[in-house]
Amino acid sequence: MTTPVLEAVNVVKELGKGAGKVQALKGVNLALVKGELTLLMGPSGSGKTTLLSILGCILTPTSGIVRVEGEEVAGKNAEELAELRRKHIGFIFQSYNLFPTLSALENVRIALDVIGRKGYQAALRAEEVLREVGLGNRLKNYPSNLSGGEQQRVAVARAIAASPSVVLADEPTAALDSENGHAVMALLARIAKEQNRSVLAVTHDPRTLGYADRVVRIEDGLIVGEERRPQGLDAPEITDLTKRRKANA
Amino acid sequence: MILTLAFRNLFHDRIRLAVTLVGILFSIVLVAIQLGMYLGSSQMITSMIERSKSDLWITAFGAKSFEEGGILLTSRERHQALATPGVKAVVPLVVAFAEWRKPEGGSTRVVLVGTDAEDGALEPWSLVAGTWQDIKSPDAISADDTYFRELGINGIGDTAQIAMGRVKVKALTHRIRSFTQSPYVFTTLSRARSLLGADSDKATFYLVQLEPGANVEAVRHELRTRLEGAEVLTKDEFRDRSLRQWLFRTGAGLALIGGALLGILVGTVIVAQTLYSSTKDHLNEFATLRALGSSSGYIYKVILAQAGLSAVIGYILGILISLGILYISRNTPLPLVMTPGLAGALFGLTLFMSAVSAISAIIKVTRIDPAMVFNR
Ligand SMILES: Nc1ncnc2c1ncn2[C@@H]1O[C@H](COP(=O)(O)OP(=O)(O)OP(=O)(O)O)[C@@H](O)[C@H]1O
Ligand SMILES: [Mg+2]
Repeated sequence: MTTPVLEAVNVVKELGKGAGKVQALKGVNLALVKGELTLLMGPSGSGKTTLLSILGCILTPTSGIVRVEGEEVAGKNAEELAELRRKHIGFIFQSYNLFPTLSALENVRIALDVIGRKGYQAALRAEEVLREVGLGNRLKNYPSNLSGGEQQRVAVARAIAASPSVVLADEPTAALDSENGHAVMALLARIAKEQNRSVLAVTHDPRTLGYADRVVRIEDGLIVGEERRPQGLDAPEITDLTKRRKANA
Repeated sequence: MILTLAFRNLFHDRIRLAVTLVGILFSIVLVAIQLGMYLGSSQMITSMIERSKSDLWITAFGAKSFEEGGILLTSRERHQALATPGVKAVVPLVVAFAEWRKPEGGSTRVVLVGTDAEDGALEPWSLVAGTWQDIKSPDAISADDTYFRELGINGIGDTAQIAMGRVKVKALTHRIRSFTQSPYVFTTLSRARSLLGADSDKATFYLVQLEPGANVEAVRHELRTRLEGAEVLTKDEFRDRSLRQWLFRTGAGLALIGGALLGILVGTVIVAQTLYSSTKDHLNEFATLRALGSSSGYIYKVILAQAGLSAVIGYILGILISLGILYISRNTPLPLVMTPGLAGALFGLTLFMSAVSAISAIIKVTRIDPAMVFNR
């Protein structure tokens, strides 16, 4: 078995203070390996976003261990956590979080700029990843002139531009219609496999199931189940999509 | 990319940008006017001292300024000074406030400057009509063309009365202004004495010129021990003393500097306010940057770049407006002065102001929680 790129051992996370204190995670164990798209599914309030934040070194666990590429997160300060993020982790958000005043190309470039990659080489790299996600002809567009699906693909390009070993996505398809949702999930599956990267996507969208290598279920702060999905066997939504395309034509 | 983002953030909200720029511009113009008046006043106060060719000034004890020296020095001091080693020449000067009776009636105050140009220490400069020879002719004086109205004259040939005697305008100087608003009137040394009713060996100042190679400090020391009833000042000391007298004893300088400080304060507050609200509006983006792994330094740089860009744009506009006001003020009794030094200082001040303004915005982003990126 390959060594995990991202690993949570017995992670507990308490949120809030005093009477409002909640144990959002109650001892979670999870390991992510390269080349896989993992889906994290569960009801609202079950702790999905909290777990994603902890795996992404945005929050630190109250107790338990988190390792990124073998490096322990415990005891790191905010700047050191930021360094871990820029070295290893890419993020995709439900509402894209693009910079409205920057073009698609600039939105990707700034993610490279943040990690110290500047100048012409960075511009080339940004263009390359935008082509990879199929936006080679939208480089100069501003987010307001892109569809939701295109915006999310810019966000995917931004997340992978620095070639992180892990991409974490929080409900990447929730704001998208079915067609665009499928396109983004297909893209995530591809960047996991083709680029040998670990991708974890939080979702409660059953349409996304067909793209997963592995589905992890969380309820009330605990992992309650896990299944592996043989690739390409069932993706009924894809069939649906093809049907609809034909109907539209 | 930092500059790009700062630039876009800035121009994204045009109204806020306008407010920021007005704030910076307002403070630059205000500070430029106040300091311009300060510089203009300083130049007026010191122009006579600056124009004189002398290494040391002998004044009566306690002479407060160029205009208030009294006519107390005698030929005794002059001879003592001349006998001092290292002294080449000792040129007497008579300066005093005097009453000027206008030809058409009414009176005003002038500063009468009695000097012999031949002595080579002080002469009326920027003569635009008449010559020194004309001023030497009987009853002759020179007046300045900016003060015709105050003096009640129309130009060359007009007559008036100064203190004890009749005078005739035989020469005109151009824009030699007086901080005290009492116009400068030049005449010869002896005529000044007689107009003022002073003895023919009296003087207000002795301007000491040294032999080449003489040590200023040594000569000054020697002069001090020889001249008991007088003070011996370097040119710089006398200039500073005149400045202190007119700008600070009278409170005028404090008012100008106070106005400048107020301008800085108001500008800083306006810029701080707009920068803070801009940062608040872009907080989600800063949180996103943080989630993408940016260091906090990177985010500070974006905010500082925003502040710096506002500063540069505001400065350019502010200086242009200030230069316009400067141009308009050139014929007023108090023309504003702008020097490269002041322009540079204003730029430094603008940058400093913007940097201070950025503090509240930076404190705001320091408290940013990158976890907020998931919750919107
Ligand atoms: N800042 C906070 N302070 C206190 N409690 C919080 C805070 N953030 C989240 N919680 C609580 O922690 C639990 C887990 O929240 P989390 O956002 O991880 O759920 P989720 O699975 O992502 O839900 P959803 O599907 O609605 O996004 C919830 O009960 C939530 O109310
Ligand atoms: Mg959530």
